[in-house]
Amino acid sequence: MSGSSRTPGEFTREEVTSTTDRSAGSAPNTRASEVALAEGSELMVNSLGEYVQAWVKRIRNGDSGVLPVLGGLIAIVIIFQVQNSLFLSAGNLVNLLVQGAVFVLLGMAEVFVLLLGEIDLSVGYVAGVGAAITAILASPFGGSWPWWIAIAAGLASTVFIGTLQGVLITRLHLPSFVVTLAGLLGWEGVMLFLIDHASPSSGGLISISNNIIYDLVNGNLNQVAGWVVMVLVVALFAVSIVLRDHHRRSNGLAAPPPSLTAMKIAVAIAAGVALLLVCDANRGVSIPLRGVPWVVLIVLGFLGMWSFLLGRTRFGRYIYAIGGNAEAARRAGINLSRIRTTAFALAGLTAGIAGIIYESRLGSISDNIDGGTLVLYAVAAAVIGGTSLFGGRGKMIHAVLGGIVIAAIYNGLGLLGVSASTEYIVTALVLLAAVTVDSMTRRGRATTSAR
Amino acid sequence: MNESFLESARPGGAGRAQKETLAQLNGVSSDAKEPGVTRRSLGEPTEGLSGKGHLNEVEPLLSLRGIDKSFGPVQALAGVDLDIPLGQVTALVGDNGAGKSVLVKTISGIWEPDDGQIFWEGRPVHIRNPKEAAEMGITTVYQDLALCDNLDIVQNMFLGREPTRYRLLDETAMELAAKRTLAELSVVTVRSIRQAVASLSGGQRQAVAVGKAVMWNSKLVIFDEPTAALAVSSAAMVLELIRQLASRGLAVIVISHVLNEIFSVADRIAVLHLGHIAAVGPISEFDPQKVATLMATGTSSWSSHESDSPSDPREL
Repeated sequence: MSGSSRTPGEFTREEVTSTTDRSAGSAPNTRASEVALAEGSELMVNSLGEYVQAWVKRIRNGDSGVLPVLGGLIAIVIIFQVQNSLFLSAGNLVNLLVQGAVFVLLGMAEVFVLLLGEIDLSVGYVAGVGAAITAILASPFGGSWPWWIAIAAGLASTVFIGTLQGVLITRLHLPSFVVTLAGLLGWEGVMLFLIDHASPSSGGLISISNNIIYDLVNGNLNQVAGWVVMVLVVALFAVSIVLRDHHRRSNGLAAPPPSLTAMKIAVAIAAGVALLLVCDANRGVSIPLRGVPWVVLIVLGFLGMWSFLLGRTRFGRYIYAIGGNAEAARRAGINLSRIRTTAFALAGLTAGIAGIIYESRLGSISDNIDGGTLVLYAVAAAVIGGTSLFGGRGKMIHAVLGGIVIAAIYNGLGLLGVSASTEYIVTALVLLAAVTVDSMTRRGRATTSAR
Repeated sequence: MNESFLESARPGGAGRAQKETLAQLNGVSSDAKEPGVTRRSLGEPTEGLSGKGHLNEVEPLLSLRGIDKSFGPVQALAGVDLDIPLGQVTALVGDNGAGKSVLVKTISGIWEPDDGQIFWEGRPVHIRNPKEAAEMGITTVYQDLALCDNLDIVQNMFLGREPTRYRLLDETAMELAAKRTLAELSVVTVRSIRQAVASLSGGQRQAVAVGKAVMWNSKLVIFDEPTAALAVSSAAMVLELIRQLASRGLAVIVISHVLNEIFSVADRIAVLHLGHIAAVGPISEFDPQKVATLMATGTSSWSSHESDSPSDPREL
């Protein structure tokens, strides 16, 4: 009876309900076929060609991933190799990896907080404090403690610093920029105090007297062990992706075509063999020097561990969620303070490892470490690699690629005998290019979603 | 009668532990359960929600009695009585400032009422925060939808409640459950459920939010202006989704300004005016003109909406 008062053109209950009934039934209808179509377009791709098409579509939509940084790296390598053929020599490549390790690890520390949409400006001097404590405890002045106690104490201190900064940021709702800017100043003071008091006679320099800490960078795996580790790592990778694809397929979900999986494994094998061949070539000047430096394994180990943490655990998922939409994460019942504080603590831990690697490479720690420049390189490494400054997008592998790009610039310009001024300018241009890509990607996504 | 169970409920404190339920007081056995409503449940059932049958349809899922809420001198809600039955769409309409949002926020645990009593499945309850509301099975689909743009559909649907295997995310279980739920809703046309939510249209995003509500065995889904920001075609899809939720046996509350939509989607209508319920009843007893009058003035000379023999509104 109220129906008679309706104006034409409005939805009637009958229309809505009847559509519902039709789609609920099993009879073929337009709705059901639309769903089938939708699932068929990307979920059920089986051939390599379709997969490549879907991939190209994603890139067009602004999800370019690591492509820009890989392209940039190849361009940089070509430029330097043309200028100086020593650039791609085995000795220089290993040197480049070792130089890059500190940037990579600091970049990884930065990724944890950048994903949240925060920033940590203190990682450089936090690394310095961790390195100083480790060096002092391992030195005769500090009691010549065993290497593992010295390293554990150094890392414990950086985790504590990270947690402290995280608590200040989350509990007092202070901006991370300001808290870690205070850290940048304050922890430099702490580091200077520690080093100057522990080295009264040597003028602010503590040598690394512990062989194991020294060998973290300067020692090499012997050749047999290197190959064994490489085979194990590649086999683990291959087995895990084959098992994952099998698991998805047996549950009726879309999985990458076997040919693509085979290609991935082939690339992993090629990369592993190339790394081993480069590292096993004699790079000694007077005495033979071969093998994979320990630091390469350490970086790869943390890459694997942190990627796993971000990609496969609830903690990692929540970091991305907070970076994407903190309010949505809060409504989903996620404890924002705990996740944020933990991320800052992990940034501290990773910075501490970077500090220990840094002092191992130098063979000493001194009070003129420039933590301010280091932190800028750390942010640059993460952003050049493809991590978004706006939060929510990025991976650990980005820090690795970005760190290698920075090391390549640093190393290549050094080979060319270019001045430090040029080096800074070139790094700045690369960083600007990376941020531009990040920003354009964001805009690309925004227009895509607005369609 | 009202007085007596309010008295008996208050000393209970936590309320949920209260043995004497509204159902018993009303003489309806709490064993009278409705067997018919079947909903799919996820592999990992949420505790306390699944496994229970549903109370007889005579029994409302949610009953509000004498709800008062003031903000300083402003009385936002004054003695609101409202029943929300299962399997029906209840539209909540009212002018700006009539108290719609306050009422909905009281139900979803954002604000506690100053006075009055809430009964859930016949038991007196206190909904102290959104988490408690969610545990009871109350889901609110907000206007801004609370989705993470950088996460994909599956990740958004499970945010905060991810199943794990050996402490690692169980992506396969999540994707299967999400796929099944969205397929059941059968209005969702997305390219891939592994695409980022950023790439979805407004209607698709709303569908993801609805799918999330269905998947987590919600009993009451509240929509706050669900079509306000949508294109016409998307709005029709969302209305269809709302009807589907009700036909699955869920209770649905819809806040909307668009009377056309309300008359196409709602089973019942409650009109709020200055914090009071001006009228409530089956939609068949109303027409748009009457609702508009009620929204504007809070009264109408027609007052038989609670009687069993509704009179023709056009007489007025």
